Amino acid sequence: MDASTYIKREASGRIAIKMGSKSERVMTWTVTVLIALTIAAFLFFDYTGLDLSKAIPETFYNLKKMFLEPALSHFTWGQAFYQMGVTLGLAFLSTIFGAIIAFFLALMAASNLSKAWISKTVRVIVAFVRAVPTVLWVLIFAIAAGLGSEAAVLGMLFHSIAYLVKAFSEAFEEVDQGIIEALRATGANWWHIVVHAVLPSTFTYLLSWTFLRFEINFAVAVAMGAAAGAGGIGFELFMASGFYFDLREVGMITYMILIFAIVLEILSTKMKERYFPAAAKSAN
Amino acid sequence: MNEKTMKASRKWQTIFFILLIIGMTLASSAITGFNIIHGIATLPKAGAWILSNLMITQESLERLPTILEKLLETILMSIAATTTGTAVAFFLSLMGSKTTGTKKVFGVFARFVASASRNIPVVAWALILLLSFGQNSVTGYLALFVGSVGFLTRAFIESIDEASQSAVEALRATGATYFQIVFKAVVPQCMPQMISWILFMIETNIRNATLVGILTGTGIGYTFDLYYKTLNYNAVALVTFSIIIAVIVIELMSNYIRKVII
Repeated sequence: MDASTYIKREASGRIAIKMGSKSERVMTWTVTVLIALTIAAFLFFDYTGLDLSKAIPETFYNLKKMFLEPALSHFTWGQAFYQMGVTLGLAFLSTIFGAIIAFFLALMAASNLSKAWISKTVRVIVAFVRAVPTVLWVLIFAIAAGLGSEAAVLGMLFHSIAYLVKAFSEAFEEVDQGIIEALRATGANWWHIVVHAVLPSTFTYLLSWTFLRFEINFAVAVAMGAAAGAGGIGFELFMASGFYFDLREVGMITYMILIFAIVLEILSTKMKERYFPAAAKSAN
Repeated sequence: MNEKTMKASRKWQTIFFILLIIGMTLASSAITGFNIIHGIATLPKAGAWILSNLMITQESLERLPTILEKLLETILMSIAATTTGTAVAFFLSLMGSKTTGTKKVFGVFARFVASASRNIPVVAWALILLLSFGQNSVTGYLALFVGSVGFLTRAFIESIDEASQSAVEALRATGATYFQIVFKAVVPQCMPQMISWILFMIETNIRNATLVGILTGTGIGYTFDLYYKTLNYNAVALVTFSIIIAVIVIELMSNYIRKVII
């Protein structure tokens, strides 16, 4: 047979050394579209009141003041730690309730443990809930349920549940089908299967995901304090920068948040390395 | 240790763990003033309020063009923050990765920058930048940009470390220069993973952009805040709904791209 049937040539006659696969085409397209959209974004931006020659040195001056001369002036160290406790408390409550509720919903959403239509319904609802930013949930609950920690916890709970249901149900679906079938053959009912097969083999995953969500919820709780008046260290941060214009205090609060966040990150990385080294990412 | 004592110690561990969780829950409830019974009791009331007030009406639909314009601004802002963040994160991750890093100092520097910009919450960046940049798109863009650089650098370092050791060694043996190694061995191998992370970052940024918008007075977040504070709940519902649609559409698109390229 003629060799030329196997050799692809470019228009210029040169031998093509790249095979144009679908995945390559999609990647090129994605990159091109993203770059085009970025250029469009910079043309579309609203630049009112922006003076770069003044803003950039001012930012550096502010950053210098914040990070090199941090100090507390409007409240004491005791109060600062109390507020940090409030933020951690909000994060903890929404994570723990979220994990418990998500566990049961994930059992309903996992396709190997549930009926197809139940699993689909739960998934659609969860995708819908997850698409709403947490801050909107908190703000909506703030008027619907009255201000206070209940609104913040409920609002954060919604997003935590949606996130964890996705992560948990994916973990459940990876349970070895053979174990489930073996138990079913012995006449075990659904609860036996969950307690004796699914839970033991996924427990460490669930724990790691929950801890990861706690880490996220800490940052979310800071944000909710600042944007939705949920209290805690985030609210102090908002007051310090938005009302007192006290850069030194902003710096000190930022340092506190940074230290807590890094400690949480190190703990969760340690947990991930110990319990599931391979699958430590993705799943929004 | 025989089986019996092992079982017993396991049991004690479980009991200790459960007690710890309960203790921490009670402590958190005490410090935040959260009352679980009150919380559950308000849930139906909140649900009823949402159903009766958050309705999209004819009158609110008239505001749709303004809302869509702001939504587009927010989406473009998130994409621009992600792509420009990618460019910076790419070089930082080359410095930070074990396979492609050249000097230890650079590696430490890259990891430090990534960790600081990731762990200082986006709220803090938004508030700091607002002071000097004022109320415009650039402030929101920069706040998202800093967070993206931090997150993407960590993700890219992981992908580079995972993927390319043997190909890098092979190219090094042929005498290829540093940038030839990077662009012929590292980039092609990590490209699908990197694109997947970029798409993930865009999704996250659109959600964060709402938050940043509320704080800095830009984009869809500002629109939401404006209607929220003037008690125009029908418009609030419409804004929320349009964000949901945008996020879901982008999620579906990126799921499709991910499925094809990985």
